[in-house]
Amino acid sequence: MEPYKKHESIAALMNRSNVDTDQIIPKQFLKKVERSGFGVHLFHDWRYNDDGTNNTEFELNKPAFKGAKILVAGDNFGCGSSREHAPWAIADYGFNTIISTSYADIFYNNCFKNGILAIKVTKDLLDKLMAEISASEGVRFVVDLENQQVITPAGNGFTFDIDPFRKGNLLSGLDDIGLTLKHVDKIDEYEKRHKQTFPWLWA
Amino acid sequence: MKALVYTMKKTMYEKIWDNHLVVDEPGQAPLIYVDRHLMHEVTSPQAFEGLKLSGRKVRNPHSILATMDHCVPTKNRNLPIADPIAKKQIETMAENCRVNGLVLYDMTNPNNGVIHVVVPEHGFVHPGMVVVCGDSHTATHGAFGALAFGIGTSEVEHVMATQTLPQKKSKTMLVQIDGKLSKYSSAKDIALAIIGKIGTAGGTGYVIEYAGEAIRELSMEGRMTLCNMAIEAGARAGLVAPDEKTYEYLKGREFAPHGKNWDLALAYWKSLPSDEGAVFDSVIKLDAADIAPQVSWGTSPEQVVGVDSTVPAPGSFDDEIKRKACEGALAYMGLTPNTKITDIPIDLVFIGSCTNGRIEDFRIAAEVTKGTHVAKGVTAIAVPGSYHVKQQAEEEGLDKIFIDAGWEWRDPGCSMCLAMNGDELTKGQRSASTSNRNFEGRQGKGGRTHLVSPAMAAAAAVAGHFVDIRTL
Repeated sequence: MEPYKKHESIAALMNRSNVDTDQIIPKQFLKKVERSGFGVHLFHDWRYNDDGTNNTEFELNKPAFKGAKILVAGDNFGCGSSREHAPWAIADYGFNTIISTSYADIFYNNCFKNGILAIKVTKDLLDKLMAEISASEGVRFVVDLENQQVITPAGNGFTFDIDPFRKGNLLSGLDDIGLTLKHVDKIDEYEKRHKQTFPWLWA
Repeated sequence: MKALVYTMKKTMYEKIWDNHLVVDEPGQAPLIYVDRHLMHEVTSPQAFEGLKLSGRKVRNPHSILATMDHCVPTKNRNLPIADPIAKKQIETMAENCRVNGLVLYDMTNPNNGVIHVVVPEHGFVHPGMVVVCGDSHTATHGAFGALAFGIGTSEVEHVMATQTLPQKKSKTMLVQIDGKLSKYSSAKDIALAIIGKIGTAGGTGYVIEYAGEAIRELSMEGRMTLCNMAIEAGARAGLVAPDEKTYEYLKGREFAPHGKNWDLALAYWKSLPSDEGAVFDSVIKLDAADIAPQVSWGTSPEQVVGVDSTVPAPGSFDDEIKRKACEGALAYMGLTPNTKITDIPIDLVFIGSCTNGRIEDFRIAAEVTKGTHVAKGVTAIAVPGSYHVKQQAEEEGLDKIFIDAGWEWRDPGCSMCLAMNGDELTKGQRSASTSNRNFEGRQGKGGRTHLVSPAMAAAAAVAGHFVDIRTL
């Protein structure tokens, strides 16, 4: 995983709530056995017309949002299935930051495993950020994870909370499994106790 | 101090959590132990690849049970899979299980079926376990009083390599359903009514425990249906305290404890239910008698009403986001506000899935279907959740009831629940479906899904539109 660095990028707006994982990456693209190449299918059913051409009505197809790394979206983003193909598609498309009021649990976890910073803000603040993007599409925000800060040209900047463990992993780009395996002695010990306490699970 | 600890009341979730804590140190996420790991072909290949690339091994192969369900055809199984990408995914699963020595119920295995239907059939999940699977409907196994939740593919790899997961402790929500359900309301209707009340994000950050008379009355199958949809309420997991029904269900199954181990396990299981007076972070109450058979009208499971109701108008929502969501959903669903639910015509009926693909679901649907015929222009397909469900249904003669009534009787798989295997709606087609999600395009691009119980689905197949099953 690439370490997450401070950046200034276009913020794209998706003013919809309950955007589900079936929209983020429709099921026909879940059959691959690789992790890469999902970006072209991101939001497929909204993004493309039946004949395969771009749907110009779809917000992310707006020229002003081209190259955006920040996605500002409505409540409960990423609800639905556990498919990690959703954050794979989002990251592969080029986003590394999402700003919303709330996320579905599994999706939220999956984001951080793939170098995506999912920031939670209040409804009030989200409305302001959405208004700022609407008023000047193509506007660029600065995201500074180290200082847990977002800066916007119209002064809607804010600081955000994030779990220190998740923050550390994003900044270092470290592998979660490697971190856990530092505790392998404790896992061994636990397993020894587990075998004594729950022998029927090991029969 | 000791006395204080001793008298602390714990919820079932807290008991399971405490029993599975491996590492809990400041500055890092608590690490919890995983007892059972369930797998299917869609969310595992990249995890196996990652494991291989990093030179790691599966720590406890015996903790894993795998099946093939999402991509498998539900008819003409003897023919090769037509879709080359699906075929490769199926072959990859078989190879990964072979190399790592895992139990796999492949397409030709008599135990094959949808993972969340197959696993309970073999007694692989017990009360008090921590159970994970790269699948959000893992919540199903909460019916046994196990903490069961869906994980992403990176986490699948993590569990294979370490048998643990870094987890944030959830808040607890008690959903209390008192009273008795009317005859034709089911676990599915309870699940949908709860989501209608609290919304698809209502349970976010929580583990839900379902309790109350109506929950005790549910069969194990019904409890599985209920817990299965905890994820649709946004919850990490759903739980039902184990009781005599749970023990009765498990006894004698292949992976259930036997002999002396059964007594040891039973004593432990009986210690699991939430202590009297344990405090939940949130409490929701519903009266079962008020729960009518439910029909979803929109593109989110929270957009649901009783069958005796009408399609809502956007103006009926105070919240601007809900109003906008209603407008979008009505446009996609091709529905007009104030239409009676019973006036909505349907094109296809699907009974199956990890939500409603168990024997009890086919029994009630057959009861409604017996001696009828599918309405003109309607396609009806019955997809058992596993070969064992299929076999049981055939022994009871249910297959004949469906076939005589003009239904298709298929082989097991996820099928039209997520339409990955070629079973799908065409643009504009409308279904009455016993599955769990009515998202746009879920059952096929442009397809329109209405979520219902098996009895309601069967009744709709006969009439060609929704009917209030209570009036038949």
